[in-house]
Amino acid sequence: MSQTPKSNYSGPIVIDPLTRIEGHLRVEVEVENGTIKDARSCGTLFRGIENILKGRDPRDAQHFTQRTCGVCTFTHALASTRALEDALALEIPKNATLIRNMMLGMQYIQDHIVHFYQLHALDFVDVVGATKADLKESVKVAAKYSKTPTSEADLKAAQDKIIGLVASGQLGPFANAYFLGGHDAYKLSNEENLVAVTHYLQALRVQVKSAKAQAIFGSKNPHPQTLIAGGVTCYNSLNKASFDMFNELYQECLAFVENTLIPDVIMVASAYKDWATIGGGPVNYLTFGDFPMPGKERDLKSRWLKPGVIKNRDLTKVHDFDPSKIEEHVRHSWYEGDKARHPYEGATDPEFTEMGDQDRYSWMKAPRYDGMVVETGPLAQMIVSYAQGHETVKASVDYVLTTLGVGPEALFSTLGRTAARAIEALVTIREVDVWFKELQDNIAKGDEQICVNIEVPKTGRGVGYVGAPRGALSHWLNIENGVIANFQLVVPSTWNFGPRDLEGNLGPVEVALIGTPIADPKRPVEILRTVHSYDPCIACSVHVIDNDTNETRDFRIL
Amino acid sequence: MRYSIGLGKDGVEERLERNGISRRDFLKFCSAVAVAMGLAPTMAPSIAKALTQGKRPSVVYLHNAECTGCSEALLRTYQPYIDQIIFDTISLDYHETIMAASGEAAEEVLNTAINNPDGFICLVEGAIPTANNGLYGTIGGHTMLANCARILPKAKAVISVGTCAAYGGIQAAAPNPTEAKGINDCYGDIGVKAINIAGCPPNPLNMVGALVAYLQGMNIELDSDGRPVMFYGETVHDQCERLPHFEAGEFAPSFDSEEAKKGWCLYELGCKGPSTYNNCPRALFNEVGWPVRGGHPCIGCSEPHFWDNLSPFYEA
Repeated sequence: MSQTPKSNYSGPIVIDPLTRIEGHLRVEVEVENGTIKDARSCGTLFRGIENILKGRDPRDAQHFTQRTCGVCTFTHALASTRALEDALALEIPKNATLIRNMMLGMQYIQDHIVHFYQLHALDFVDVVGATKADLKESVKVAAKYSKTPTSEADLKAAQDKIIGLVASGQLGPFANAYFLGGHDAYKLSNEENLVAVTHYLQALRVQVKSAKAQAIFGSKNPHPQTLIAGGVTCYNSLNKASFDMFNELYQECLAFVENTLIPDVIMVASAYKDWATIGGGPVNYLTFGDFPMPGKERDLKSRWLKPGVIKNRDLTKVHDFDPSKIEEHVRHSWYEGDKARHPYEGATDPEFTEMGDQDRYSWMKAPRYDGMVVETGPLAQMIVSYAQGHETVKASVDYVLTTLGVGPEALFSTLGRTAARAIEALVTIREVDVWFKELQDNIAKGDEQICVNIEVPKTGRGVGYVGAPRGALSHWLNIENGVIANFQLVVPSTWNFGPRDLEGNLGPVEVALIGTPIADPKRPVEILRTVHSYDPCIACSVHVIDNDTNETRDFRIL
Repeated sequence: MRYSIGLGKDGVEERLERNGISRRDFLKFCSAVAVAMGLAPTMAPSIAKALTQGKRPSVVYLHNAECTGCSEALLRTYQPYIDQIIFDTISLDYHETIMAASGEAAEEVLNTAINNPDGFICLVEGAIPTANNGLYGTIGGHTMLANCARILPKAKAVISVGTCAAYGGIQAAAPNPTEAKGINDCYGDIGVKAINIAGCPPNPLNMVGALVAYLQGMNIELDSDGRPVMFYGETVHDQCERLPHFEAGEFAPSFDSEEAKKGWCLYELGCKGPSTYNNCPRALFNEVGWPVRGGHPCIGCSEPHFWDNLSPFYEA
């Protein structure tokens, strides 16, 4: 294993703004002799969307919550819609579930491709290195990892583009990058850099197509607008022309995931195997799964990827998810009080101290499950599914581990988290075709029903669980007098990026940063690697339940 | 990826030729830009001229209280593709979602860009939280309120991307817990006059079109809400493909009705098309659709304060 470069720096490092994420994040670490000893994750924006929801029509919630995040688009709309359907104990038509599954599946592909190339790759790839690559050697490198490698012409076009960019003196998005002028922690060869940069540029085009595929059924992306409580509304898409267009886009995305994304993750992982031992994070994992069986939208157990909890990294036992075990802590957040509460009994008064405060330091709360610090996201989903013996997940995880020559323990790392996301993209996009075929069969048989009518109940409560690309997402809805009395979002990035809890236990990403070596404290790319491996989405994660002082909510767990 | 050799520099056409890219290919690209602006493809030569003069114009893109949906929408542009815009047409010198630099290195990039002697164009996404002197939103330890006050007056032009930057957007919906405001509302008194590209998110054609129109030195006519008339001059209703059903009195009474299935008018289900100025039916999103075509009422997302003024979004 290659040596991880390390300085002898001791002192603080603050990264703010932490870029290439959604939202506004600040990370503060304390370094001792080149290794991170302490870390704080800090959400720096508060919007108060849950407050805004009160008193509104429950059907409108999906439009508001979808604007929690434009990167996790669709997932919040789906969670809110499911919450209302749950309040109505409503089952929706089979085609509606199939279309939702296809849309969510394409969202995974969209998110995971953009995350790897646009948000994460520059932590490992030196763009300028690509300008020095030998083209013939680059072709060989591409062929080493992919069965349908990128052509020399495409590699040359990308190289020319970067050479032109550098020559223009206007580096744009690459200005002041940590890799400029060389950096000990960057390890890809020039040729590997060129292959990755070529795919970085291609990914910018592919993501247009994955979004378009979703928009065929969603009317637009971001923020699709065809969901309603009761199903979906996209009658216009139930025809051969739309199906053909979807299929063409789908095939292109599938080919990119199989022939480009997976090989690139393996290429990067092969050069950075030391990162399979860094950034492990907490030892417990939570996931909700998703993609319900048609006709069973509300049945979590019917999901193609299933919910579950792994404790202490023990893959021999998957525990059932129990919603009553969630608590949110505020002891180290910018809210009044110290007490950990179940979300539905939560009271939140913003109380800002100051930026850089070591005691209260984030707008995020700190959710805990059964008192444990848990991680959520693709890694959690893949290991839960792996431990449950999910066939396609197991085959894909084993393929990647075998190719890299590492064991399952390598998953519990920065690299493992990144690989798990690519594997999730692979297994999911393959499955999209199954739902797509079933939809076409139903339509061919004359079943064109995609929604049922609903009436908003006077009172009721419901929860919508979504396995979002970033992990476990749930929306909790309480209706009184036909309007929203209380609405609660429990969001993946709050799980992963929340601060310390009442007992002082660090949040997942804080734990993951401890022990990370820092080669150059002025250019701490290692922090970005681990933080980005969680795919932070901070706009989602900062929210408030209620501004009224210490009012106990009458919301209960279902 | 074929137009890949630094269009902003002198002698670009010669260099394009050397790389096997003819002037004709290049003009095709410029036609795509023209279409994006809602112009005739015959405008391509003048766009080619604008795009090949000296350095690429610097663009600084700021994020405030937002969801990044507008940035995502911009990524989805296809006429031209985003890589053609950010590497060949402009120099995207600051954009937190895609820039390589982080932390102090990012702040340094920002400071260099806003002090660039050639000036810069500022695109702003997100509202400004103004309560408690702006403390609900900070970047690099500075409030968004102070950041924009420092940066926006220096810009050659300010474009508010999306309804949040234009009018405050979702976080400004009642009870507006952080007293969020749009850019013109917040900074009009210090001389900032942003072009509002409204929408939640706006169509990327409108964003790119406004930018290119500005680069071309076009006179951009704005409506009373600060939106370019070329994109927001007509109501969604007047351009709607279901307008004939409205005029014939053919309305869908519910989402699961035969009438809904047949594509009749969604007005009685709550459609806000008649009070919404935008070009969705003509511009389309992602080349394929827009909400009413997808069977869902328009929620009026390009109108100021639509979250309060045009909700509830559903009727019946």
